[in-house]
Amino acid sequence: MSRALRYSTPAIALHWLIALLIFVAFPLGVYMHELPLSPEKLKLYSYHKWIGITVLLLAALRVSWRMTHTPPPLPAGMAAWQRHASSAVHGLLYLLMIAIPVSGWLMSSAKGFQTVWFGVLPLPDLVDKNRELGDLLAGVHQTLNFTLLGLVILHVGAALKHHFIERQPFLQRMGWGKKERT
Amino acid sequence: MTRHLPLFVLLAALAAPAAHAVEYRTVLPKQSTIHFEFRQMGVPVKGGFKRFTTQMVFDPAKPEAARAQIEIDLASIDAGSAEADDESAGKLWFNRSAYPKATFVSSQVRAVGNNRYEMRGTLTLKGRSRDMVVPVTYAPGHSAAIFDGSFILKRLDFGIGEGMWADVATVANEVSVTFRIAATGN
Repeated sequence: MSRALRYSTPAIALHWLIALLIFVAFPLGVYMHELPLSPEKLKLYSYHKWIGITVLLLAALRVSWRMTHTPPPLPAGMAAWQRHASSAVHGLLYLLMIAIPVSGWLMSSAKGFQTVWFGVLPLPDLVDKNRELGDLLAGVHQTLNFTLLGLVILHVGAALKHHFIERQPFLQRMGWGKKERT
Repeated sequence: MTRHLPLFVLLAALAAPAAHAVEYRTVLPKQSTIHFEFRQMGVPVKGGFKRFTTQMVFDPAKPEAARAQIEIDLASIDAGSAEADDESAGKLWFNRSAYPKATFVSSQVRAVGNNRYEMRGTLTLKGRSRDMVVPVTYAPGHSAAIFDGSFILKRLDFGIGEGMWADVATVANEVSVTFRIAATGN
């Protein structure tokens, strides 16, 4: 019985959708932070928070899908340390996709600005307004994000290396190119 | 004994009406608050003013003679964040260097029943005056009476948030103002 070398279609769709949202939210977060107070800044903060909560929901969906579906096996020739590294990086990426929006949500609450998803759905404030906590969570949010940036570089670099240098059909795993089966 | 009777009668005569109808005129600043709330991108933001002085006279038996005057030190604002506190001082918002205070002066008080009153008066903010009608409830208490009121202020009526900030889709025009004044009759 052959096994698919591709993630399931919902997993692929969630991967690229979340990747796209993170690629928008991350630079937006860096940019908006430096702006002087203006209506534009307030809008950008809201958009950033809406995207973040969307990532949180999609990531929750994705993690539950991942836990109930077997991912395609890694190529047979991969070294054990690479398998361990791959598994560790993927675990951390899933963790950060949840932890980063949660840290942003908590930071918003601590800074006294409730998160209202798309300006319509108010999320509960899980912590009270507290300046010290807000500053602490801002640091946590930033640190987690730069950790994510490092891991994403590692993740993309490893995928490209396996695909182009080691000539393994790696990008097909996430839907690029035609379906291949062993 | 009989020599003291006139004095006793006099004291009783003075004390009796006071016990039934106190005239509240001493405001307790530490128990008095002014808060506001507005929406920014659909998000409720709370704020307030820490320093204000209130002069008032209120006799529940003669509400139509009541008067109130409130002066707010705009520098004592909590606009939700340090960044917003600083921003609010600028020309587009309160223009605080030119208009450091906001004042409310009552013109007429009318009882509407159940310890509820309608207070008319003029609010002056950033050099602009508007007539307002403010509902106030009166709650007599042991140590102090509490006067609670709230009203909706439209910030653009007073030019609060001009220029780029006039966009009410980002910062709503309606600001809900809530105040509590504690006063004693001493």
